[in-house]
Amino acid sequence: MSTGLNDNEIISKVLSGEQQAYAELVNRYQNYVFTLVLRIVKNREDAEEVAQDVFIKAYKYLADFRGESKFTTWLYTIVNNTCISFLRKKKLDIHSLDNEKVFEMADNQDSGMRANMVEQKSKLAMVSNAIGMLGPDDAEIITLFYKAEQSLEEIAQILSVENNTAKVRLHRARTRLKEKMETHFAAEVKDLY
Amino acid sequence: MNTHQGTEERLWNYIDGNSSAEEQSIIEKLLQTDMEWKSKYGELLEVNRLLQSSELEAPSMRFSKNVMEEIAKLHIAPATRSYINKKVIWGLGIFFIVMIVGFLVYGFGQMDWTADTDGTISKNINKIDFSKFFSNTWVNAFMMINVVLGLFLLDNYLSNKRKEFRKQA
Repeated sequence: MSTGLNDNEIISKVLSGEQQAYAELVNRYQNYVFTLVLRIVKNREDAEEVAQDVFIKAYKYLADFRGESKFTTWLYTIVNNTCISFLRKKKLDIHSLDNEKVFEMADNQDSGMRANMVEQKSKLAMVSNAIGMLGPDDAEIITLFYKAEQSLEEIAQILSVENNTAKVRLHRARTRLKEKMETHFAAEVKDLY
Repeated sequence: MNTHQGTEERLWNYIDGNSSAEEQSIIEKLLQTDMEWKSKYGELLEVNRLLQSSELEAPSMRFSKNVMEEIAKLHIAPATRSYINKKVIWGLGIFFIVMIVGFLVYGFGQMDWTADTDGTISKNINKIDFSKFFSNTWVNAFMMINVVLGLFLLDNYLSNKRKEFRKQA
């Protein structure tokens, strides 16, 4: 099904009027975008809607992509902005790291996730669940670095921050993730180390 | 606590490959000699490995189809750079800079620099009669132009919004 074309070649085709070529970009990046959105908005239904919105916006403004950065970096910038708007609408203060609602939501998820953990007994599920307990900012930066294959410079560009700020944020996010794992999955973590 | 955090930060930089060559050799030595560092390194390396191997989530089967159905109704917007003329932006910038500089020159030109007897500028500033400037015809004319320009921009903005709304309807 894959055309073997790189992102920029597909974009040129779409811009020249071949709308169907865009499906290749959607298929290529839907899992990355969906995972990133899901980790920020923390709800599958909302994530599906927001991720869809991201691809629609990306299509609408595709002519603005100049090819100066990777297509994914540009796409994840749209993800970041769309998620911020979505969370604002949901009245969640995403910038507050001590935001009570975020942690309350994470704690609520925790009980469900613990049940899930018993079934899955998987280290990967534990990491995924621990990421789900993080605040949106932390979950986003970890996903961008580890799953979306973005360098610290590209992450800084996506989040509109300095390179050093992105580095510090990533470090803090990993520290908090480790704390979540040690607090909520103590037994599993003991096996790990 | 700070030392602990410092150790983790240095180790994360080492794992990410962001340490300098000098720092790398220091950390390598510490990992060989210091058990605490070695144990912490093992922990962080395992977290790093797990994060790298974590799986991606997949949206519903209809996701791609939904997106393609939605974009079928849309047209790609023209690139922003095609309708924003840089010359206009530069022109506006230069206009405002000239206005500000003009006002500063005019303002300072109105000041009586010889009135100061003890050589301090602060007292001189206190003596300025600002009401004199704001009752000036030129200042009033400038204010008027700004108000008219503001109303003109507001009208433009609202008529654009109306056009967009009609298009969508």
